[in-house]
Amino acid sequence: MEILLAITTGILYAAGIYMMLRRSMVKLILGLILLGNGVNLLIFLLGRITKGKPPIIPEETKVFEDLFADPVPQALILTAIVISFGLQSFAIILVKRAYKVLKTDDLDQLNTTDEDS
Amino acid sequence: MNEQIIILPLLLHLVFSISLMFFWTNIKAQKVLSITGSFLAMCASIWVFIYVWDNGIQTFQAGNWEAPFGITFVGDTLASILVLLTGITGFAVSIFAAVSVIKARLRFGFYSVFHFLLMGLNGAFLTGDMFNLYVWFEIIIISSFVLISLGGEKNQLEGAVKYFTLNFLASMIFLTGLGVLYGLTGTLNMADLSQKIPLVNNQALVDVTAFLFLVGFGIKSAVFPLYFWLPASYHTPPSAVSAIFSGLLTKVGVYALIRVFTLIFVNDSFIEIMLQSLAILTIFSGGIGAIIQKNIRKVFSYLIICHIGFMIGGLGLFTEVAMAGAIFYLIHDIVVKTNLFLVSGLIYRLKSTTSLDRLGGIYKSYPKLSLLMAIPLFSLVGIPPLSGFWPKLSLLLAGFNEGNYWYFGAVIFGSLLTLIAIAHVWAKAFWEDGKEIKKSKKFIEFNQLRKYQKMQYVAPIVFLAIVSLYIGFGAEHIQQVSLRIANEVFDKQAYFDAVFK
Repeated sequence: MEILLAITTGILYAAGIYMMLRRSMVKLILGLILLGNGVNLLIFLLGRITKGKPPIIPEETKVFEDLFADPVPQALILTAIVISFGLQSFAIILVKRAYKVLKTDDLDQLNTTDEDS
Repeated sequence: MNEQIIILPLLLHLVFSISLMFFWTNIKAQKVLSITGSFLAMCASIWVFIYVWDNGIQTFQAGNWEAPFGITFVGDTLASILVLLTGITGFAVSIFAAVSVIKARLRFGFYSVFHFLLMGLNGAFLTGDMFNLYVWFEIIIISSFVLISLGGEKNQLEGAVKYFTLNFLASMIFLTGLGVLYGLTGTLNMADLSQKIPLVNNQALVDVTAFLFLVGFGIKSAVFPLYFWLPASYHTPPSAVSAIFSGLLTKVGVYALIRVFTLIFVNDSFIEIMLQSLAILTIFSGGIGAIIQKNIRKVFSYLIICHIGFMIGGLGLFTEVAMAGAIFYLIHDIVVKTNLFLVSGLIYRLKSTTSLDRLGGIYKSYPKLSLLMAIPLFSLVGIPPLSGFWPKLSLLLAGFNEGNYWYFGAVIFGSLLTLIAIAHVWAKAFWEDGKEIKKSKKFIEFNQLRKYQKMQYVAPIVFLAIVSLYIGFGAEHIQQVSLRIANEVFDKQAYFDAVFK
């Protein structure tokens, strides 16, 4: 399971960075989304995957006696997912506005801010 | 009980940004409320600083969860002085924004987002938890995205796309580093991390993580070679927005670098060499960029990059003198850079352009205002009694004592380039005779403004100029603060004791 997740994370990172290096703005957004998902999977993976051991202490004992799944990475991922969802939706609107105003999808055309004025 | 006051400025900004939303269309009420809010937050941050100065490091456990498990807020001297500077610059900028930002922008929640940005900055300075730092960073960047794209002008949207992409990427790299760090140590509390990192078996992976943090924060603080988003975007939004960005946003990156590389990843010679060489390259590229630009706001943008190099280099030398110099420079730079962008806003109002080719004759027509604007300009260069001089002295001394002549030379060369760039601005815009500038009919001249509006343009610049004059003439006080911070940063026991009570 770990090896599968590790490979998936790697593919997501690679695909995300490849898409970001393309010249189209839409592909840029797709790249950012893939990269964000890759990061979330990485945190999940690094929190160690423990199967079928929820972090709940049984009533008769006071402390954990066995291995248990760490709930912290999942809380972290939830936060990260919400944040990146907000950022991505902002990015989509921003790109749509930029496309309307600049009338181009090509990132190489975005050079008016570098000119002297 | 009293330690809770350290988050008071943060809470004030939160309360005011939410209450500003109830006055969405009433711009006059928003202006009054925002200025009151930032004034109260400034008073609160002064209180916090004095409290921390008198009583040592204060900590606040959110939700009363004990230190390594819950989120800790730590108000040490470094955090509290930055909160104080956020309060001061936030107050000045909110007055300036009331008159310089056009109504169309104010009507779409400019002030509400502005206070969210200040809240995020305060949170980032005060937190003692790595993941919480990430969350504050996200609050900062989402607010800054809104501020930079609000208005939707052509070059603004273009700058926003570049700014967004690089900052999002930086956050993702930071989050990757965070994930690896949690996997290695199983904790996110900074004090706990600091104690657990030396015990990790796989030190090679620790180095990789350190490098991920260096790249992530490096993008945010515009370090060579990752600074291209800054000059492409900082001159596009209104000057009030650029002022708060240039004063505080890049400095958050520097703060995070100082925090992470003094508390968590220490004794890493590779990172130290990396920081020093990046600093030298940053100084060179920023300084050389500044002298060829023809737009005042772009000159200032490149100077931000140049001076980030000074601070990063001070951190990279990793001695107490160098750290004190870097902290002093940080304090001076926040005030002066904010003021410079306010000055660029005033110049635009006087002449309807910020292009050096078309500007001219400001000194002839506005001699008093020109003298006022000279204070931040020459503070930045560091003409001896003014504020830029003293930290450079510490940095030069540290570079010389450490035998790092490359950095020593780079600081001198960077100062020279700054002098050339500022002298160029002064000669072109202020001294040279002005040409007739074609103004659009809608443009409101400075002289046509009402008296209170003129006051709103000038008062924030006067206020920040007085602060920077105090930093220059009261340098021994600031040096005392910087030395205490440098002491705290290297002697971590006090920090640990405060966190794990």
